[in-house]
Amino acid sequence: MVAIALDDLGAAYGRRTVLSGFSTPILEGGALTAVIGPNAAGKSTLFKRIAGLIKGPGTVHLTETARGRDAVRYMPQDTGGNAVLTVYESVLLAAKQGSGWRVSDGELAEIDQILAALDLHDLAFRGLGELSGGQRQLVAIAQALVRRPEVLLMDEPTSALDLYRQIEVLAFMQRRARASGMAVLIALHDLNHALRYCDNTIVVANGAMQAAGPTSEVITAEMLREVYRVDGRVERCSRGRPVLIVDSTAT
Amino acid sequence: MTSVAARASVQEGRDRYRGLALRRIFLLAGLSFALFASVCVDMALGPANYTIAEVLRAMFDADAVSDQLRVVVWDIRMPIALMAVTVGASLSVAGAQMQTILANPLASPFTLGISAAASFGAALALVAGTALVPIAVNYMVPINAFAMAMIAALFIHFASTMRGVTVETIVLLGIALVFTFNALLSLLQYLASEQALAAVVFWTMGSLTKATWPKVAITAAVLAVTVPLFARQAWALTALRLGEDKAASFGVNVRRLRLSTMMTVSLLAAIPVSFVGTIGFIGLVGPHIARMLVGEDQRFFLPASVLCGALLLSVTSVVSKTLLPGAILPIGVITALVGVPFFFVLIFSSRRRAW
Repeated sequence: MVAIALDDLGAAYGRRTVLSGFSTPILEGGALTAVIGPNAAGKSTLFKRIAGLIKGPGTVHLTETARGRDAVRYMPQDTGGNAVLTVYESVLLAAKQGSGWRVSDGELAEIDQILAALDLHDLAFRGLGELSGGQRQLVAIAQALVRRPEVLLMDEPTSALDLYRQIEVLAFMQRRARASGMAVLIALHDLNHALRYCDNTIVVANGAMQAAGPTSEVITAEMLREVYRVDGRVERCSRGRPVLIVDSTAT
Repeated sequence: MTSVAARASVQEGRDRYRGLALRRIFLLAGLSFALFASVCVDMALGPANYTIAEVLRAMFDADAVSDQLRVVVWDIRMPIALMAVTVGASLSVAGAQMQTILANPLASPFTLGISAAASFGAALALVAGTALVPIAVNYMVPINAFAMAMIAALFIHFASTMRGVTVETIVLLGIALVFTFNALLSLLQYLASEQALAAVVFWTMGSLTKATWPKVAITAAVLAVTVPLFARQAWALTALRLGEDKAASFGVNVRRLRLSTMMTVSLLAAIPVSFVGTIGFIGLVGPHIARMLVGEDQRFFLPASVLCGALLLSVTSVVSKTLLPGAILPIGVITALVGVPFFFVLIFSSRRRAW
């Protein structure tokens, strides 16, 4: 099973440093890791830096994979683009990068399976331009999964989804990670989702790692006050699940 | 999220995709046939009209026809008809890839200033007799046009390599180039003699009548080299239409792809413009028609752009001969008149959003 650890990562846009000295403990495959933090904290930059899309100091350690950087896939927040393509073609496109023109039955079968798994089969031959933001987000997940990543970096994959779909997608990713041994890092704003679905959590603030570890140990009243500037607490609901309750903005 | 119904649809999805691909292949075959027919009609029309059968016989069994027919078809009309095909195809592919890499539906050799620069280069030769490249003085006009077109294209190219320059900036730079070269062209026209002024105006209208076999061979050779280069990058270029971040996340080196495509496109746009003058409409609309017909999977979009551009200019060549009997109207003028109604029909009949 793949494992990933970050060692002293940094990144800058021109002279503006966006990420510095970012290190994490080893994150094992088969689990979901929430990457949380306020807006503009550097979460997207962190993902791009891990995926090698931007250069910078530091090292991304990957173990138990023969594919190297190719094992890592980044799913950007932007589901945009206005290409005249069907959903099916857009997923095929992701699968076929770097290979020849010919498309085998096996490749098509894999696309069909992923679309079916995400309940997208009814939309398969709709144009991308006809989809809602949430549907586009699901297509983006299909595009990411079809490349069989071992480490998947998902940048706010549920931001445009309704509540039902958010839960469906996170539960689906949790099952998928456990079944395939994939390490999934998910940037999230909803900390209750992190508490419910993510084994580990990394807190990013001002381009630096503030905390990392098991979610229940990381999402605490102190962290909320320090990083999010809110007074809040984590309590157990009647079913024993941890629930975040925000009382007020911190004074 | 998997259901029994979803599993049943797996086979259906694969079959539907194969059907879609097959339909597109038939469409490309249909466009190819239409192009062949248009080229034949183009060769049949002229001061002396021939039948299509006579033209076909002259093409495929030249020894069986009269010397006059053979000379008219092979030495006069075929270079013009094939020039329409190669120029139309070149401008359309250039426009298609400019629109792809700049993510802008208005990008084309015309709107990015390459055609305007070529016009200015040609006018320099026609009005001032200035050779920008002092070789082959007999070809001063096309060489000047090519040199200026390449200068404009390289300017756009190097501007796009600068840090912080976005695709929007590049399009704005192109528009600035159009205004600059148009102003310079107007200045030259103001200073020109009556004879030179007429020559400049005629050149800027675009014309296929000066087509020769060597010119056809050069434009065809550039196409033959550049189209396979694009074809090799088909998946990456298609991915670019999903946005920079998405393409990069698929493993596409966006910066390198954009630069190499811009270089290739510059050559593809500059060569035909230097031979036939300004033909603005094809590079903009050819790709749009192709996109509406087959979508943006470059495996279909690229050949469709080639065929749509070639067909559009070939049909225009036919129309330019038939509008006024006995006269061949400038092709650059007729292109839009032929293309716009067809384009309108496609826009209003297409339920899919093209951009």
